[in-house]
Amino acid sequence: MSIDTVSKAEETPDQAQPFAELGLKPDEYERIREILGRRPTSSELAMYSVMWSEHCSYKSSKVHLKQFGDKKPETDKLLVGIGENAGVVDIGEGWAVTFKVESHNHPSYVEPYQGAATGVGGIVRDIISMGARPLAVMDPLRFGPADAADTRRVLPGVVSGIGGYGNCLGLPNIGGEIVFDDTYLGNPLVNALCVGAMRHDEIHLASAKGVGNLVVLYGARTGGDGIGGVSVLASETFDADGPAKRPSVQVGDPFMEKLLIEATLEVLHAGLVEGIQDLGGAGISCATSELASNGDGGMHVWLDRVLLRDATLSPEEILMSESQERMCAVVAPENVDAFMAIIKKWDVEAVVIGEVTDSGHLTVDWHGERIVDVPPRTVAHEGPIYERPYARPSWQDALQADAPTADRLARPTTADDIRATVLNMIGAPNLASKAWITDQYDRYVLGNTVLSQPEDVGMVRIDEESGLGVAISTDCNGRFTKLDPYTGTQLALAESYRNVCASGAIPLAVTNCLNFGSPEDPDVMWQFAEATRGLADGCLQLGIPVTGGNVSFYNQTGDTAILPTPVVGVLGVIDDVDRRTPIAWNEDGELIYILGDTNDEFAGGEWANHVHKHLGGMPPKVDLERERLLGEVLVAGSRDGMLSAAHDVSDGGIAQVLVEMALHAGSGARCWIPDNIDPFTFLFSESAGRAVVVVARTEELRFTEMCAARQLPAQRVGVVDSGLGPDAGYPAGTQVLQFNDWFTLTLDELHEAHTKTLPALFA
Amino acid sequence: MRIGVVTFPGSLDDRDAARAVRLAGGEAVALWHGDADLKKVDAVILPGGFSYGDYLRCGAISRFAPVMAEVVAAANGGLPVLGICNGFQILCESHLLPGALTRNEHMHFICRDQKLRIEDNTSAWTNSYDAGQEIVVPLKNGEGCFVADTAVLDELEGESRVIARYLDVNPNGSLRDIAGIRNKRGNVVGLMPHPEHAVEELTGPTIDGLGFFTSVLNSMVNS
Repeated sequence: MSIDTVSKAEETPDQAQPFAELGLKPDEYERIREILGRRPTSSELAMYSVMWSEHCSYKSSKVHLKQFGDKKPETDKLLVGIGENAGVVDIGEGWAVTFKVESHNHPSYVEPYQGAATGVGGIVRDIISMGARPLAVMDPLRFGPADAADTRRVLPGVVSGIGGYGNCLGLPNIGGEIVFDDTYLGNPLVNALCVGAMRHDEIHLASAKGVGNLVVLYGARTGGDGIGGVSVLASETFDADGPAKRPSVQVGDPFMEKLLIEATLEVLHAGLVEGIQDLGGAGISCATSELASNGDGGMHVWLDRVLLRDATLSPEEILMSESQERMCAVVAPENVDAFMAIIKKWDVEAVVIGEVTDSGHLTVDWHGERIVDVPPRTVAHEGPIYERPYARPSWQDALQADAPTADRLARPTTADDIRATVLNMIGAPNLASKAWITDQYDRYVLGNTVLSQPEDVGMVRIDEESGLGVAISTDCNGRFTKLDPYTGTQLALAESYRNVCASGAIPLAVTNCLNFGSPEDPDVMWQFAEATRGLADGCLQLGIPVTGGNVSFYNQTGDTAILPTPVVGVLGVIDDVDRRTPIAWNEDGELIYILGDTNDEFAGGEWANHVHKHLGGMPPKVDLERERLLGEVLVAGSRDGMLSAAHDVSDGGIAQVLVEMALHAGSGARCWIPDNIDPFTFLFSESAGRAVVVVARTEELRFTEMCAARQLPAQRVGVVDSGLGPDAGYPAGTQVLQFNDWFTLTLDELHEAHTKTLPALFA
Repeated sequence: MRIGVVTFPGSLDDRDAARAVRLAGGEAVALWHGDADLKKVDAVILPGGFSYGDYLRCGAISRFAPVMAEVVAAANGGLPVLGICNGFQILCESHLLPGALTRNEHMHFICRDQKLRIEDNTSAWTNSYDAGQEIVVPLKNGEGCFVADTAVLDELEGESRVIARYLDVNPNGSLRDIAGIRNKRGNVVGLMPHPEHAVEELTGPTIDGLGFFTSVLNSMVNS
C-alpha cells in the first residue's frame, strides 16, 4: 500500500484527484490548492472534502444564520453562544444548562434503527463535551403517511433505535413530536435533542491550548463505519483490491456511550482536562482541526497510534471514520497518568495521539511520513460560503389564495356531525395518542422527570434541594411554514414558547433544527431565508436568544422537497418544579377558561389536513406581543398558585385540548360553547395565542381580575364535573365530556378513539 | 442503617436506588463492581440498568464481578439483598433466585405505570405492606418475562415465595403474572418493576414504592 505524502504531493502537482466524487466543486478544489500552494495529499483532500461539506461547514446557510447573532436580544443569561458544541444558559443558583437539537435524517431512512440510535448518541456527546451531565433527551420526528408501507418499515425501526440507545444510556426521554405527512415518505426527519446541566465553573470548551499539552483519543476503537464518500478516495488512491464497500451508516454501542459519559464527567470534575471535543461527523479530522483552530493554532498527530477495530484501514479512512462513542481531550502532560487511570477504571481504552504545538499548522504523520500539513482554520472555520440564489416560488401566491373557507371545504354544522368530527379528529394520526411510541422509552430513569409526554413540555428537576428545574418544548407545523415560511416559523416559536409558559416555566433560550430541501433550489432557499428571518425577528421580539442549532438540507425525494420544517426548541427555567402546571385538571368544581381570541383560522390546520387533505390559504396570524402577555399570565398563575392545570391550544384546536385534559385527569367536565362563535370554529380553529386553563373557584376572582387588568381575553367555558353520567343517560360513575345541549361524549369512547390509531397501524 | 447500592458498568438506576434509601431514612453507600468489599453494609441493592450492555445475556457478565462473590456469600448468610430489574436478572444468573427473565412476549421495551399486588409480606423487603395490598409503580424493561419450569413455579407458589404479581395487565408475558420472588429465607428478593421510581409525588406515579425500602429498615431494627 503506497501512502500519499506531502513530499509526494509536491513532486506530483498534476496528479489527478477524485475531488468531484468527494463532493467538492472545481473552484473549491482550486481554493484548497491555493491555500496549500500545492495539490492536497489524499488525506488532506479527504479532510477538506468532509469539513467543507454542507453538513459540517454550513456553507449555504451561514449568511442567513448570521441574523441570530445580529438580532440577538439583550440578555445576560447566555454564558456560551453560537459556535461551540452547544450554547450554555445561566439558570441561576450557580447552575447552567446546555441544550441542542441535531438531525439524523438521512441515516435513519437508510437504516432506521442505527440511524436513530446514533442520532441520540451524537447529541449526547455534544452535551457532555461542554462539561454537562446529560439530563434528558427528546425526539422531534416526522414520517410519511401513517398507513404507508414504508412508514411501517421506518417508524418502528426509528422508535426501537431511539429506545434501544437512549434506554440503555440511562437518559429519560421526556417528549418530542411525531408528525405524519406525505412529503416525508422518502425523507423522514429524525431530530434528537439533549439537555444537560453543570455548575458555572464546570463549563468546558473545544480548544487545544497550551503548547506541549497532549491530545488523547478515548472511547470506542476506530472502525470502517460511517466513512461514506471517502472510500471512493481510498479506492482511487490505492492500487488495492478494488473499491472498499463500507457501510456509510454508523453503528452505535450505547453501553460504551454510558461508560464514556461517566468517564468523561469524572475526568472533567477531577480538573484533568484543558479542552474537549466529541467525535461526530468527520471524526478525527473534525475534532483535531476544530480543537487546533480554537486553540493555539497548532497540533501534531501520530495517526498510526489510533486504536483500530480493523487493521486494514487506510490513513484517509481513519481520518474520516465516523465510528461512534469516541472523544478527544487535551490534557496537560503532568495529568495524563491520572486521566488514563480514570478512563481505565471505566474499562474504556485511551491513547495519546498528538500534542499541541505553536506551529500554526495541523500536521499528521503516518508511520513517520507526513500526510497532512494544513492551517487548521482553513479546514474547520474558513470553508466556502455561498450566497445561494433564492426567490419566492411561482406557486406561492396560488397556494395562499386557496383558503379553506366554508365554501371551499364543507364544515360540519349539526351536533351529530360535530360530535363525529371530534371522534374522527382525536384519532387522526397527527392528533392520536403517541403512547404506543413513548411507552417504549424510559421516562423515569434518574428520578428527576417532573413532566413528560403527553404534557406540553418535558420538565426535569436539576437541584433536588431547591427544586430548580428546566422545561423544554419543541414544535413546528410544517404546513404553516409551507404556506408562509416567515409566519410559520414564528408560529413554531410561539407554540414552543407558549408550551413552556403553560408549564409554569419562564422561557430563556431557543435552539433549532432547520430541516429543508435542496439549497440549490431557489424556492427552497427562499423558504430557508424567510424562516431564519422569521425566527431571528421573533426571538428578538420575545427577548430570548438563539443559542445554537443545526441545519439539514437536501431533504427531498427527487424534485419534491419536504415541508419546510424549522423545528424550534424553547427552554425555560422554573425556580421550583413543585409549582409546575400539569395538563390534567384536578377536582370537581374547578373552572375551565379559554385565554386569547378564537378566529376562523383553518389554513394549514389539522382539520383541513385530515378531513379534506387540503393545504392552502394563509396560516393563523401570529402576534408575539400577545404571546408574551399570555406567557406572563400563565407563569404568574403558576407562581401565585391560581392554576390547577393549563394546556396550550394548537394542533386540533380546543376540542383536542379538552379531550386530552379530560383523558389525562380521568374525569369529565361540563363545557359550553360561547354564544358569539359557531361551535365548529370554537372547537377546531387553530388560532395562535391561546391556552385553556383550569382555576379553582377560590382563585377565580383573583385570576379573572389579573386577566382583565392585563387586557387578556378570558372566557369561562366549562366546569370540571365527574358526576354527569346519570344526567346524560349513562350509568353512575360514567365520565363524560358534555358540550351544553349540543352533544355528550364518554371518556371511554374518547379514550378508544384517541388510543387505537397507532397500535392498529404499527403494533 | 447502611444500605449498599452496587454500580456495575451500565447500571442506570443506582442514583435512584440511593435516593429511595435516603428518603426511607437509611444511609446509601456506593459499592463498586470491581471491589470485593461490601463496606460493612446492612443490606445490598442491585439496581436496574443495562449492566455490560445486556451483552451475552442480561446479568450474565455482572454475576462474575468481584463484588458479587461477596454478595452471594453474604446473602447465603442472611444479608438482605434486593435486585431490581437488571438486579433481578443478576440474582437469577447468580442462582440466588430460581428462574430466568427473557425477552418480553411482545418483543418491545415497555415503560408503564404498573399495578401490582403484594402477595407475600414476610420478606425483608415487603414487610411494610399488607398482604394483598395493591400498589402502582413504574415498570420498564425489554427482558422482563419471568420463566421457570412448572415444578419451580409450583414450589414458589406453594412456599409463598411470589412476593408480587402483575394486576390488570401482564406487561411482558411473565408466567403466572409473577413480578417478583424471594428466596426461602426471605432475605433475597428480585423484582422486575421499579419501586425506586415511586418514592416522591413529584416524580413518580405514586409513592407506593417506598415500602420496599422502609421494609428493610424495619427488618434490621427487628432483627
